[in-house]
Amino acid sequence: VRAVYGWLLLLPSAALLGLFTHWPVLGTIWASFHATPRAGKPAPFVGLENYAVMVADEVFWKSLVNNLWYALATVPVSIALAILMALWVNSAMRGRTWLRMAFFTPTVLPMIAVANIWLFFYTPQYGLLEQLTGALGFASRNWLGDPATALACVAVVAIWKEAGFFMIFYLAALQSIPPSLAEAAALEGASRAYYFRRVVFPLLMPTTLFVMVNAVINSFRLVDHIVVMTKGGPNNATSLLLYHIYNVGFSYWDTGYAAALTVVLLAILAAVAVGQFVLLERKVHYQ
Amino acid sequence: VRRLETFAAWILGVLWILPLLYAFWTAFHPPAYSTHFALAAPLTLENFQRAWDAAPFARYFLNSFVLVTMVLAAQLVLCTLAAYAFARFAFPGRDIAFLLVLVQLMIMPDVLIVENYRTLGRLGILDSIPAIGLPYMASAFGIFLLRQTFKTVPRELDEAARVEGAGPLQVLWKVYVPLARPVYLAYGLVSVSYHWNNFLWPLIVTSSVTSRPVTVGLQVFSSGDQGVDWSVITAATLMTSGPLLVAFLLFQRQFVQSFMRAGIR
Repeated sequence: VRAVYGWLLLLPSAALLGLFTHWPVLGTIWASFHATPRAGKPAPFVGLENYAVMVADEVFWKSLVNNLWYALATVPVSIALAILMALWVNSAMRGRTWLRMAFFTPTVLPMIAVANIWLFFYTPQYGLLEQLTGALGFASRNWLGDPATALACVAVVAIWKEAGFFMIFYLAALQSIPPSLAEAAALEGASRAYYFRRVVFPLLMPTTLFVMVNAVINSFRLVDHIVVMTKGGPNNATSLLLYHIYNVGFSYWDTGYAAALTVVLLAILAAVAVGQFVLLERKVHYQ
Repeated sequence: VRRLETFAAWILGVLWILPLLYAFWTAFHPPAYSTHFALAAPLTLENFQRAWDAAPFARYFLNSFVLVTMVLAAQLVLCTLAAYAFARFAFPGRDIAFLLVLVQLMIMPDVLIVENYRTLGRLGILDSIPAIGLPYMASAFGIFLLRQTFKTVPRELDEAARVEGAGPLQVLWKVYVPLARPVYLAYGLVSVSYHWNNFLWPLIVTSSVTSRPVTVGLQVFSSGDQGVDWSVITAATLMTSGPLLVAFLLFQRQFVQSFMRAGIR
């Protein structure tokens, strides 16, 4: 009887999860082997054709490479900044309440709203950035309009938005480290840098893994700022994988091909999950 | 060295809120001063007035409010029931079911836009507020968080209530839910800020004023013919972030502690 009851409690969640997570995953894979359905007729099976299109699709490769660079830039930088922020906010520094607020505020704001603010910040000629660089005597440039700098510009926005969020997790972890460790290290005459490197950083390892996984997922999941700031341009310099999917699926309405693209994204996320599992098994057991 | 470090921390702090201060400056001054800084610049609310008049923001706010309330209410009920099942009931297939739930932590509805759009189309509810919320109503994160919390409840409390004749649902309501109150607060804050801020999925499923949340409304407004009037756009931007920003500044400590609590697994 308890068993039936357990299933009944689970049923509503299980039904919705099945309908909007598991079923679409399978549906995506199925659809990726079929053409885009037209005018109510069932989609014909096309085998690997969508994947052949993908291999030949320059924008896909560009988006994938962009996304890898984007992840490679945003993940380590936001983690490093988050650790630094957490150490500062957790210390006996003056104005640390104010600092915590300053670092965390971007997190609670909508990405779409802050993207508008940053768009203004980057605006050629009269944006704040231009005014600063102009005052320092640098030549004017179109930061978001130049393929060489555009991706870096959107990465900065993501780092700015996320570092404060990750800081919170490090703050929680730092506060769980017993103060006696710091006292012992001080008695032994260890420098602060040494104490951080040999004691604090290893103890933060589980948090770092958790934050890293979230940061990687976010770099593939969050494209709001791309929609607002660049629409993937100039010349696809800031197109990320999910943005390309969005474009193919909802601007060109080529859902068969969009499904094939989604399969790639799902494979990446699955790889992250497996990687996390392996790391959890191997590395981060300290207790 | 300490003093230098404090200085560096303050520089970073200032740098971090500079974009926001800039937005405030632009929004509260006449357009002539939007990029021109002068102490004598007159303050004005006119930009907000113009933004408010130029688009149906009142309706957008109402939509967002309905959306986050609906999603949160459904999440609280569904996650509580599922977490209770996972924490306190033994049933065949429980471990596999739990693993299947955790899949959603990795593969969020945000990336399944193409298929979910098709599903909602088949259900015939595209362009409605429930359509925005439905994929998020069963939340792996919420189930996980509450399951961990319920597991820490001493079994004696559970049994004592049952001896007094309470059924499973009454035990849940009288024993588990009250003890998990801080976790509910934490989850609620995280959920509300997530869904107030969510953009791409609502952008895809909505196409009319009556269902658009503020984030999509803001985008429609600022990419429309407002084009270059940054003062008005920044005013609209601050307006849409306003409720969360004010709530955050007022309840800063609760926000930070809630996010901390939600992050510790």
